Amino acid sequence: MTDVIAPGTTETEAPGLHLPPETDGHGPSGTDGHEEHGHEAHGPTGILKWLTSTDHKVIGMSYMITSLVMFYLAGIMAMFIRLQLTTPHASLLTFGQYNQLFTMHGSLMLYLFAGPFAFGGLANFVVPLQVGAPDMAFPRLNALSYWLYLTGSITMLMGFLVAGGAASFGWVGYAPLSSATSSPGAGGDLWIMAIALTGFSAIFTGVNLVATIFYLRAPGLTMFRMPIFTWNMLVTAILILIAFPVLTSAMIMLFCDRHFGTHIYTAVGCHAVSGAAIQGCGSPLLWQNLFWFFGHPEVYILALPFFGIVTEVLPVFSRKPSFGYKGMVFATMAIAALSTGVWAHHMFTTGAVLLPFFSFLSLLIAVPTGIKFFNWIGTMWRGHLRFDTPMLFCIGFLFAFLMGGVTGIMLASPPIDFATHDTYFVVAHFHQVLFGTAVFAGFAGLYYWYPKFYGRMLRENLGKWHFWLMFVGFWVTFMPQYVVGLLGMPRRVASYPSNLGWESYNIVSTVGAFIIAFSFLLLLINLVVSWRNPVPAGNNPWDAHTLEWFTTSPPPHHNYTHLPPIRSERPTWDYNHPDNLTVPHGKDAVHVKERVPVG
Amino acid sequence: MALLFTGCTLPTFGGYKGSTSQGRTEFHLWQGFFITGIVVGGLVFLLIVWTVFRYRKSSDAIPVQSQYHTLTEIIYTAVPIVIVLVLFVFTVLAENNVDAVATNPATEIHVYAFQWGWEFKYPGGVKIIGQTTQAPTVVIPANETVRIDLKSLDVLHGFYVPAFNFSRYASPDYYTTFDLNALHTGTYRGQCTQLCGLYHSLMFFNVKAVTPAQYDQWLHAQQALVRSQPGSVPKLPSGVNSSAPAISTNSHSGGDPSSD
Repeated sequence: MTDVIAPGTTETEAPGLHLPPETDGHGPSGTDGHEEHGHEAHGPTGILKWLTSTDHKVIGMSYMITSLVMFYLAGIMAMFIRLQLTTPHASLLTFGQYNQLFTMHGSLMLYLFAGPFAFGGLANFVVPLQVGAPDMAFPRLNALSYWLYLTGSITMLMGFLVAGGAASFGWVGYAPLSSATSSPGAGGDLWIMAIALTGFSAIFTGVNLVATIFYLRAPGLTMFRMPIFTWNMLVTAILILIAFPVLTSAMIMLFCDRHFGTHIYTAVGCHAVSGAAIQGCGSPLLWQNLFWFFGHPEVYILALPFFGIVTEVLPVFSRKPSFGYKGMVFATMAIAALSTGVWAHHMFTTGAVLLPFFSFLSLLIAVPTGIKFFNWIGTMWRGHLRFDTPMLFCIGFLFAFLMGGVTGIMLASPPIDFATHDTYFVVAHFHQVLFGTAVFAGFAGLYYWYPKFYGRMLRENLGKWHFWLMFVGFWVTFMPQYVVGLLGMPRRVASYPSNLGWESYNIVSTVGAFIIAFSFLLLLINLVVSWRNPVPAGNNPWDAHTLEWFTTSPPPHHNYTHLPPIRSERPTWDYNHPDNLTVPHGKDAVHVKERVPVG
Repeated sequence: MALLFTGCTLPTFGGYKGSTSQGRTEFHLWQGFFITGIVVGGLVFLLIVWTVFRYRKSSDAIPVQSQYHTLTEIIYTAVPIVIVLVLFVFTVLAENNVDAVATNPATEIHVYAFQWGWEFKYPGGVKIIGQTTQAPTVVIPANETVRIDLKSLDVLHGFYVPAFNFSRYASPDYYTTFDLNALHTGTYRGQCTQLCGLYHSLMFFNVKAVTPAQYDQWLHAQQALVRSQPGSVPKLPSGVNSSAPAISTNSHSGGDPSSD
């Protein structure tokens, strides 16, 4: 592979062209020059810049800030939920308010935080940089994506302002509870419209990412030299294109059911239309099939970007290449392929699905996921591990996701699912998986790339406090939920009998939730401190591997004035450490002598 | 698989032992999965811990930049495949047992879930209805096959008895059928697990397993009561209509569920 040089590579390798202003990147960087250069070249500043920009970095940052606002709002809702459950018959919230809060907690976290933070925020900012592109393939479409997302987010939150309150039928909106008769009011409609809007936003971002990754890669950057984060975003974007159109159309059909009497998801009420006593012309089960055909790929849309972050961070802080790079790519593809065939494992207890098929495919996902796990361990194996904040968050992710993964295997077995379905066992499982990925790995990504975003460092001591408190809070919150779930506590209940011994577990869980909440105050403090007293980051504070660390922090308007030669998936490392290239393997080893060290 | 797990004095690992034969099957599967999870998860856990402590940075030297080790990669792909296949075989064996429907059940009970309560309908017009303020108790014979035909009268509900290790959605568009074989007498609590609106949290019921003789006696008495007072619903727990939440009156008044 290394002996192949793509056409055009020679241009970037011309003497003098690949000298970055700061090659080692460990000292303070001259970001100012590039800031000014960027502004000079490109129009307005301040709020007008934010409103009109088509720069992937500005849009990515808008996405991240908006999604973090959603994350904090949803977190506050979680605190109310936990407070309500601390005692069996709490009167903090009415049943109606409680149903609204957990619906919006789930909806905000899944539709408005985890996905948009990953593929709208981090990917938007990082992928063009990692592939050496000046911007996304369709910059205006990218801007449209963000504005649709922001509009959708506001639309969803508006539910709290209308009569009857926000949607209260759960983030899965199961028919027929989400029908006009069972859940009247504008809250449900706003929820549907919000998801349709953000659904289009996600589809457009997916198109943009696929086009960018396929067509805008720098010379020399072959597919198998792409960083794993970019690989994972490509696969994620393809999954988005498979899953989100289904969700968006399902939502539109639900809207038609609620307002135009279509009865797509309702089993009764067709008499007037047909004139005969025909029942069951629509099907509530159809909603579950459509929703989960979106919903399970969605789980991996939410997970793969974060797996990608982990696969970026672990090698950098182990000072080694990502172990089993190609295996990692194929594992990602395998997960994506399997994820389109496992949706009905959410429907085992309907009594209307083919259990062995969906059970087998669900269990099978453990294999590529296991490959990833061992690759992550293999990356650290014989490395020189540095425990900066991003690395701590990644190791936290490994433990969290291990626990969530093991209980996931259990739930893939229908008889065990029968015993635990819709109990707190499942709640604990998916929170460990999603918290493990979107929060542990997501914030690893934030701490890791923040120096690149703003050219300044976050404080390590505050970051480490954030990690350790969150890590402790995570286990204290969710482990008791497994136990109380096995005892039979259902999810989505606002009160529970006081004679069943569930209270103590819930108290512990609430304490854990407050520890997590406190840890996120430290993140806010960290952001404020870094803003007020900047510590310059330089181009490459972590001695990282991939292309984005070659340019300045923050990058100039069109990202690169020059590029290093790209002969592996670690161009910046190769450039900075020409004597420590990746040890050739397999057929590459034959060509080892042709491999010319750079610089 | 029963041979593997029954008779052992394994811990319950937090699960219910299962008061039905189906639930007991699930329990043994649970034990198997839990042990597998502890072993596999524990090994990976120890591997991570060991790696993190062993390879923490000791010098500024750059480690060997190796990226592949084909044999290791093959092993950690193949071994999980074998584990998954074993788990799948046990899963299918257990699920065939749990899902099996007998040809001649001793009793067939139609269960209708509604916002926010339950109706249990026996042969001979005997009905037991209860709502949030007064949870209904369904009487079943122990050591006999009880067929449940489950349906919802409005939105989705979840028929869940923790001690039976079993839950099943009640859906408005179809009947779903399963068997319960209670292993011994006793009263078991049940609850709706699928979000069904405002009073989802209060949708309880109880399952009372009695000896088959007691059951027959009870059922005959109830049937006689129905015959002597046609139109009335025997054994309607008191206070159902008087103090139920106001909103619940419309939702289950759709008449006799048997007309569905």
